[in-house]
Amino acid sequence: MEKYQAIWFVLWGVLWAVYFMLDGFDLGAGVLEPFLGRNDDERRVIVNTLGPVWDGNEVWLITAGGATFAAFPAVYAELFSYLYTPLLIILFALIVRGVAFEFRGKEEGAGWRRLWDAAIFVGSFLPALLFGVAFGNIFQGLPMDADGYHGSLVGLLNPYGLITGALFVLLFVVHGSLWISMRAGNGVGERAQALAGKLWYALLVVAVAFLAYTKFATDLYNNFMFFKVMLVLPGAAVLGLLGIKVFQAKGRPGLAFLSSCVTIVMVVFTGLFGLYPRLLPSSLNPAYTLNAFNSSSSEYTLKIMTVVALVFVPIVIVYQILIYRVFRGKLSVEDVKGDTQAY
Amino acid sequence: MDVLTLSRLQFAIVAAFHFIFVPLTLGLSILVAYMETKYVRTGDEQYLRMTKFWGKLFLINFAIGIVTGITLEFQFGMNWAEYSKYVGDIFGAPLAIEATVAFFLESTFIGLWVFGWNRVGKKMHALSIWLVAIATNLSALWILLANGWMQHPVGYVLNNGRAEMVDFMALVTNKYGLLKFGHTLLSGYVVAAFFVMGVSAYHILRKRELEFFKRSFAMAAGFGLVCSVLLAGVGDFHGSNVAKTQPTKLAAMESVWETQSGAPMYLIVIPDPKHERNAVEALGIPKLLSFMSYRDWNAEVKGLKDFPPDDRPPVMITFLSFRAMVGLGMLFILLSLAAVVLSRKDRLERTPMFLRIMLYSIPLPYIATQVGWLVAEVGRQPWIVYGVLRTRDAVSTSISTTQVLGSLIGFTLLYGFLGVVDIYLLTKYAKKGPAA
Repeated sequence: MEKYQAIWFVLWGVLWAVYFMLDGFDLGAGVLEPFLGRNDDERRVIVNTLGPVWDGNEVWLITAGGATFAAFPAVYAELFSYLYTPLLIILFALIVRGVAFEFRGKEEGAGWRRLWDAAIFVGSFLPALLFGVAFGNIFQGLPMDADGYHGSLVGLLNPYGLITGALFVLLFVVHGSLWISMRAGNGVGERAQALAGKLWYALLVVAVAFLAYTKFATDLYNNFMFFKVMLVLPGAAVLGLLGIKVFQAKGRPGLAFLSSCVTIVMVVFTGLFGLYPRLLPSSLNPAYTLNAFNSSSSEYTLKIMTVVALVFVPIVIVYQILIYRVFRGKLSVEDVKGDTQAY
Repeated sequence: MDVLTLSRLQFAIVAAFHFIFVPLTLGLSILVAYMETKYVRTGDEQYLRMTKFWGKLFLINFAIGIVTGITLEFQFGMNWAEYSKYVGDIFGAPLAIEATVAFFLESTFIGLWVFGWNRVGKKMHALSIWLVAIATNLSALWILLANGWMQHPVGYVLNNGRAEMVDFMALVTNKYGLLKFGHTLLSGYVVAAFFVMGVSAYHILRKRELEFFKRSFAMAAGFGLVCSVLLAGVGDFHGSNVAKTQPTKLAAMESVWETQSGAPMYLIVIPDPKHERNAVEALGIPKLLSFMSYRDWNAEVKGLKDFPPDDRPPVMITFLSFRAMVGLGMLFILLSLAAVVLSRKDRLERTPMFLRIMLYSIPLPYIATQVGWLVAEVGRQPWIVYGVLRTRDAVSTSISTTQVLGSLIGFTLLYGFLGVVDIYLLTKYAKKGPAA
């Protein structure tokens, strides 16, 4: 039983990490779209680099949610009902963003396009920020006990929650600008690459602040004291962060993007290893903390879900990689204009 | 209003809205995949134009279906936390499997299909829309197995204060869920058939792109006829399965108050739930209800009075929705039969009246699917899991009236706005025709 509970904690972490790695760049690119694109054509190029992949990326969120429900029903129930309002905002944001991609190009008027550009910006920025705020608060623990949840939306916006939110936003915006630098032609890519170089310094400052603050606001480092070998996780995150700058400066967008993938995955792993085996800690009384061992589904259900995950998730990874390969290379304004099916 | 009522209203709104877009996706994905296959096989450019035109409408509809689906997955945890805790062990699995097995496939290959016209070969491109169509339908399977479990829970034991799964195969082979899957799928195909026929009728009436739209119409008419006949057939089996598994729902669907053997079916009924009787019962066909429900002319049909009032669903909504659904279902068979005949004899242009009827019939299958879900969900009340957990015991305890009122207003405004924009775009591109 404990074995499957531990496996599902790991799978749960992998699903979130992959989700942030993938949706991270399209959320980041969405934040940048209205600013990095100087005119409608350039903005269309940015949107169309995301076109083939954003939807498949977002399914990692659905799967992370579904896996939480199936493997840790109590966590799913409490997390989602306690964080009702922030989740609602994330949901509204993802909804307007999704339709904005589809609807933006369906009408010519400048007002119409501006409306959906705004939707893409807001719909990308809020999830990036609020996922960070949510995880920052989970790292600290939520005020919950026998009487349920005692927090509020304003209470979530505490300094540590906000700095985690800022970390997520900057991680994703750098990630997104590296994606654009890899995929967009007509000078947009070059501008994105330069921007990534500048934003990197902001990311570095916030990342350092986050790591230091984590020492005081949470007990995430305790697990690392017992298992020092796991310090490879934050170590890899730091290497990834440095890799971004090195490869960005050398003009190697692909490797820089890969480095930022590593950074995001390792940041998530670092946080979740520090949390293990807890999924939803109580800041009031550890007796009410939900962990992998007191909140999971039955062994039978976990076994079934393990089989499903081990068979199908690799298949998904394979075909998603194939799709990314089909859509490699730079996209130009001419490409987009010549394609009647484009966004 | 309290958290329970507001949460129920909210779930009704977000589920109903989501289900405006899903049925067309289910059916139109198959029609578009078929068109593209014809193009790849024959090289006939007209099929390519058809693929692109109907594909564009498919995508405008698809976008909202996808994003509003996320809401539903979140809803269980946000508003129905007690439910999620109680049944997550068995109910969470089909939802997670749906995402892993179906939703990934659908969302990944839709990207390849939309943006891959110049990047992959013709066959791979056609394959990608087939994968989308298959995945969409597979998605419906897992969702309806989950819903089927709420309707007729199987394969679980009550243990550790919750429902725990003990037999996954029982969940997957739950007859209730499978019949519901068949019924829902076919209803989606009928929605798509009438959508294509209606839009085609609009253009045929204006003598535009006649060859294009007559071919589309003919394809949809055949599809619509086969599916609407099968739909009624599966519906009949589904109904008799409901009789066995959910006697209170059946009694409410037919507004039967007294238990009787050899129960007749009345064509005209006006329920009077206040006095636990029907104000009007006329044109009865003897013993038909017994036969329809149990395949036995003399079988006993349970009346609502046999159940405590606290266990009965709202009769009026269930009854009226069921009647409307069945009536519309019959109409779809007649209309698609006429459509096949007129289309085969190539008389569509000379029957503008019929074309107008088909144009204005576009909303009808949508209405039928919506009232069908009212039968399924309202008829299950007061249970959220039939016979196991009551809806009132399932709602989240940690959310406030203000929060839910706020989200309800938010959803209503946002969805209202998106609905208007979507209908505007669909109408615009449908009217434009394939030339654009």
